[in-house]
Amino acid sequence: MRLRRRDFLLTTAAILGGSHIALADSISGSLPWEPDAGIPPERIKLGSWLYFTSEEARTVEALADRIIPPDPATPGGKDAGCAVYLDRQLAGPYGSQHGLYVKPPFLKGLKQQGPQTEDGPAQVYRKGLAALNRYSSQGQDGKVFAELTGERQDEILKGLESGKLQLPEADGQAFFEALLKDIQQGFFADPIYGGNRDMVAWRMIGFPGARYNYRDWVNRHNERYPLPPVGITGRPEWTPKKS
Amino acid sequence: MSRKLPHKDVVIVGFGWVGSIMAQELTDEGLEVIAIERGPWRDTATDYPPTYDQDELRYRIRHELFLRPDQTTFTFRNKMNQTALPIRTWGAFMPPNGVGGGGVHWNAETWRFLPSDFVLKTHLTERYGADFLPSDMTIQDWGVTYEELEPHYDRFEYLCGTSGTAGNLQGQIQEGGNPFEGPRSRPYPNPAQPQPFSHTLFGKAARELGYKPFPQPSGNMSQAYTNPLGVRLGPCTYCGFCEWFGCGNYSKASPQTTILPVLIRKSNFTVRDNSEVVRINLDPSGKTAAGVTFVDTSGEEWEQPADIVIVSAYAIFNAQLMLLSGIGKPYDPLTGEGVMGRNFTHQTISDAVGFFDNTKFNFNPFIASGSIGMCIDEFNGDNFDHGPHGFVGGGYMGQVQSNGRPIETTPVPSGTPRWGAEWKAAVRDNYLSSVKPGTGVHGSFYSYRDVYLDLDPIYKDRFNRPLMRMTIDFHDNELKQNAFLTDRFAEIIQAMGAKKVDKEYRQGPYDITKYQTTHLCGGVIMGTDPRTSAVNRYLQSWDVPNLFVVGASAFPQNAGYNPTGTVAALAYWAAAAIREQYLKNPGVLIHA
Amino acid sequence: MPRHSGASGVALSTLVALAFCTSVSPRAAEKQDAQDFTQIERGRYLTTAADCAACHTMPDQKQPFAGGRPIETPFGVIVAPNITPDRETGIGTWTDDEFDAALRQGKRPDGSRLYPAMPYPAYTKMSREDVQDIRAYLATIAPVHNQVEPNQLPFPFSVRAAMMAWDALYFQEGEFRPDATKSATWNRGAYLVQGPGHCASCHTPKTVLGGDKTEQAFQGGVIQGWFAPDLTNDKATGLGSWSAEDIVAYLGTGHNASTAATGLMAEVVERSTSKMTKADLEAIAAYLKDQPAAGHTATAVQATDPLMVAGGAIYHDVCSACHAIDGTGVPHLIPSLAASPSVHSTDPTTLVRVTLSGARSVATDQEPTAPAMPAFAWQFNDEQIAAVLTYVRNSWGSAAPAVTAHDVETKRVELKTRGEH
Repeated sequence: MRLRRRDFLLTTAAILGGSHIALADSISGSLPWEPDAGIPPERIKLGSWLYFTSEEARTVEALADRIIPPDPATPGGKDAGCAVYLDRQLAGPYGSQHGLYVKPPFLKGLKQQGPQTEDGPAQVYRKGLAALNRYSSQGQDGKVFAELTGERQDEILKGLESGKLQLPEADGQAFFEALLKDIQQGFFADPIYGGNRDMVAWRMIGFPGARYNYRDWVNRHNERYPLPPVGITGRPEWTPKKS
Repeated sequence: MSRKLPHKDVVIVGFGWVGSIMAQELTDEGLEVIAIERGPWRDTATDYPPTYDQDELRYRIRHELFLRPDQTTFTFRNKMNQTALPIRTWGAFMPPNGVGGGGVHWNAETWRFLPSDFVLKTHLTERYGADFLPSDMTIQDWGVTYEELEPHYDRFEYLCGTSGTAGNLQGQIQEGGNPFEGPRSRPYPNPAQPQPFSHTLFGKAARELGYKPFPQPSGNMSQAYTNPLGVRLGPCTYCGFCEWFGCGNYSKASPQTTILPVLIRKSNFTVRDNSEVVRINLDPSGKTAAGVTFVDTSGEEWEQPADIVIVSAYAIFNAQLMLLSGIGKPYDPLTGEGVMGRNFTHQTISDAVGFFDNTKFNFNPFIASGSIGMCIDEFNGDNFDHGPHGFVGGGYMGQVQSNGRPIETTPVPSGTPRWGAEWKAAVRDNYLSSVKPGTGVHGSFYSYRDVYLDLDPIYKDRFNRPLMRMTIDFHDNELKQNAFLTDRFAEIIQAMGAKKVDKEYRQGPYDITKYQTTHLCGGVIMGTDPRTSAVNRYLQSWDVPNLFVVGASAFPQNAGYNPTGTVAALAYWAAAAIREQYLKNPGVLIHA
Repeated sequence: MPRHSGASGVALSTLVALAFCTSVSPRAAEKQDAQDFTQIERGRYLTTAADCAACHTMPDQKQPFAGGRPIETPFGVIVAPNITPDRETGIGTWTDDEFDAALRQGKRPDGSRLYPAMPYPAYTKMSREDVQDIRAYLATIAPVHNQVEPNQLPFPFSVRAAMMAWDALYFQEGEFRPDATKSATWNRGAYLVQGPGHCASCHTPKTVLGGDKTEQAFQGGVIQGWFAPDLTNDKATGLGSWSAEDIVAYLGTGHNASTAATGLMAEVVERSTSKMTKADLEAIAAYLKDQPAAGHTATAVQATDPLMVAGGAIYHDVCSACHAIDGTGVPHLIPSLAASPSVHSTDPTTLVRVTLSGARSVATDQEPTAPAMPAFAWQFNDEQIAAVLTYVRNSWGSAAPAVTAHDVETKRVELKTRGEH
């Protein structure tokens, strides 16, 4: 029975961020359905770091604030929760390349052939963050990355981005590209994943979030949409005010 | 050792649009049909409900509804002298997986190809002379004509409830539609969707430049619809989570919302999900398919005997299954001989991004449907004189922006840093006032001698079978085409009143990390000559007459449109051939 | 055959043990008499109209009428018996009179009492001829050897004699008497509703002992975790706003312009009403439309109430995706929350349940789409569900009592106990 299949899914916790193990089934007669069907997302739990060491976390928070600096209207990457987002992502299926093709041989290819490394994102960050701090603390700066001035941090990031600055024992440019992509994705993803706290990124740009019906606005050209953003788990107005 | 299942009349490999259409048609004929699908069962309220479907990270970035590369992937190289490497995570295209296939997470852009597209070789040779075509271009006529497919296009559009404005009704050109389209027997079943601001502005600018803009034909419902099978769809709500996502409110045409509710009630139909067909079995003569062998999730191997085998998976997998089953002669690019893997194609996509004064323009880019948009077709196919331009082919272009999802659609003007305070301010200042169609120029990709599919010599899948190897690169013809089209497109965006337009030309080499559409085509192409095609005009294998290979795998080359309408029309066409001809006299339908 | 329906494993309360004459072959179809064929066909139709399969056939429908389905009653769970012509485990040895007594008097062949999960208080309205037709049909189905122990009740209800007292209180024996002042159609409808259709079994509220509260006939009742809605002509909670055509469409297809059948009623539509003749459905509609209104009154919860404000936000952000911003849904596809009587029921049981666990509407040949509502239990807390349901019950010109967080919490617990949540 299909119902059992869904139960199997839930009870075996075979749910790894969208990669679901399901049993083969034969279906006929009617459309399968059972109560509580579906695999809703899980809200991340705040608390201690799941993947990063505290030193790594401090570095990522500093990096997040350079990639997305705070300004008077909108928090930066750190306060928006981008490091928390990245920590939870690296601790999950994304970090370990779950579902991706990871069979050898890992040959060096052309850029247009896409990444061909054995390391998943979790390893890329572990090595990259260590190398970044080694570079800054053992080199001319004499301090770990998080303790440098913003200007100096930017200078290092620009060096990594352009490939002019090489990190010891890590591909600095690949590390930078992963970081840039992940921090910005965390900033704009639904707040359930830990970034975009209080939907700050969506408020900044005017994206109304996880809404599903704009029939009342499709013909209202050049008019600002009036409602505030909503996340998958809601917005403050969903909770009745105590009267 | 595989266990044998009870015999069926028909086994269908892959249960997307084509599989669903074939199953519906052949069960109507009274045949016992089983469909076998590699991925899981999927349905609206259970797999992409409007409660959490709007999750850009999960569905778009982490590919929730797509095939997992660890299940199987491809290897890729540009040139025959390079070593192909595996696609470890999806980039240039995203193979579908699961019941409904790509029909679950497509944008529902429901186009017809031009009449001349089906007789491309003949048409271009007659108009420009054989010397006008690049010497290594291997385009062919399809063996089927637009006129023959028209009733089948029509059936699919009425199945889907396609929203659009007819441009050519039985030869009469209609105001507001696409004047270049082939004659259609009747109007679209639903009126076109209303267009948001930027899309409307594009239409206005194009008209002022002398073009004839029209709304993109859309499988998103402009109003509630009941299709000829009695299945109902609701009106689209312009949620902006269409492509990559399933539709949470029954307003996008998919097998789930048009066919499956009726098909599943039939006592002569069964589908097995999470089961991967590993080969087509031939009887000892090698001339008749005996059925297929598949593996379920527990690793158990099963044999499904059947009188007719329909292969209807994603294009490349169709070719792979044929090669792994030893059916049809593998294509050899050096000699040009052989058919299996031949004429592999994709699409030539580019974009132009417009930035507007944010004190005057507010586009609310998040208000959109998957196939919203205003388009022009002046530069598609052979709708214009290619003589002065030195290339063939073309594409439609338009403001077809389907979303304002912030991970994907937060454009900043060129020259802006990619991070830092300046980037952040640019994102903020441009989000509501930029136009980023995504696939603004949707160009054709014609076939070439050195663009093909074969089995990879190194990399294997989870069953230790060779991965499919793609050898593909852009040729000068497509790059020239793209440069010309992108420039024309940018002119229209500019005329909308943009203060800045960034052109994003498609440039070589073909890059597996850059998304271009999932329209991979060819590999098991149709035609009139068994030396240059794998299936005949009815999609019947030249070598194994009780085997039909249906899908974009049959396209001899790809046109400048989204392929689904044509794929579905071919499915109805093949089903009609089976119902009206093959069943009466099982065997070869075309004697070569 | 559907494999997936009725996952709850519990069924509507319906019929129980039936009889067959020992003197004839159990295969009545073997008799080549045309009269028999007509009788069997009539019986097949009446068996459908009486929805015997609802209880006596397991949801997988592999063994029609072989029993085994557990049925919740106020006394506990009883299991529907095997009514195939099997002589050992079914009713293959029953006589005509025994069969008639079971259906119309609630008596078993040994004289002991049936439990009123078997709707003999309704079937008693049927004519002896109709009952014998059902028997003739049941005699033609394949005998299945399936031993069912129906009585799994706790003491004192395990003592069938206790049912004599119940019958004295609640059972009124007697065949339907047509009302000469009404049309033939009306009378046919009344017969179907009161007799074989046994609508009151679910739609009339029950006393603690499971007897009908006859003074509240058809005003709706809780059954197996659902609320069977008001069938009176109450404009808000009942059929008052429906035309006869709306009723016919609902029973015939499971869907109409304002609502869709789900839960237990989906089973009734699928197995019973969608297979009835249009004339009979029109008769039912004529009778129901002629019933008085319950006259439920409610004061609308103020739009400024915090529950309404929060509910409005949730509705617009989430529910409007399908049910439309103005609550009208999509006719025959998505229920109109503005118009659907179930939304405004005095008892929000069904509303809370479908919101928590989701629901699939019924598929019929005429309306095969069977759209489903997703589950919201994971997304909203009790207070939020209370808010949004209060909002839909009190918007677009409607009024119904507020739903409380406690209502939702209770339902969550109940569904968990049922193993459905």
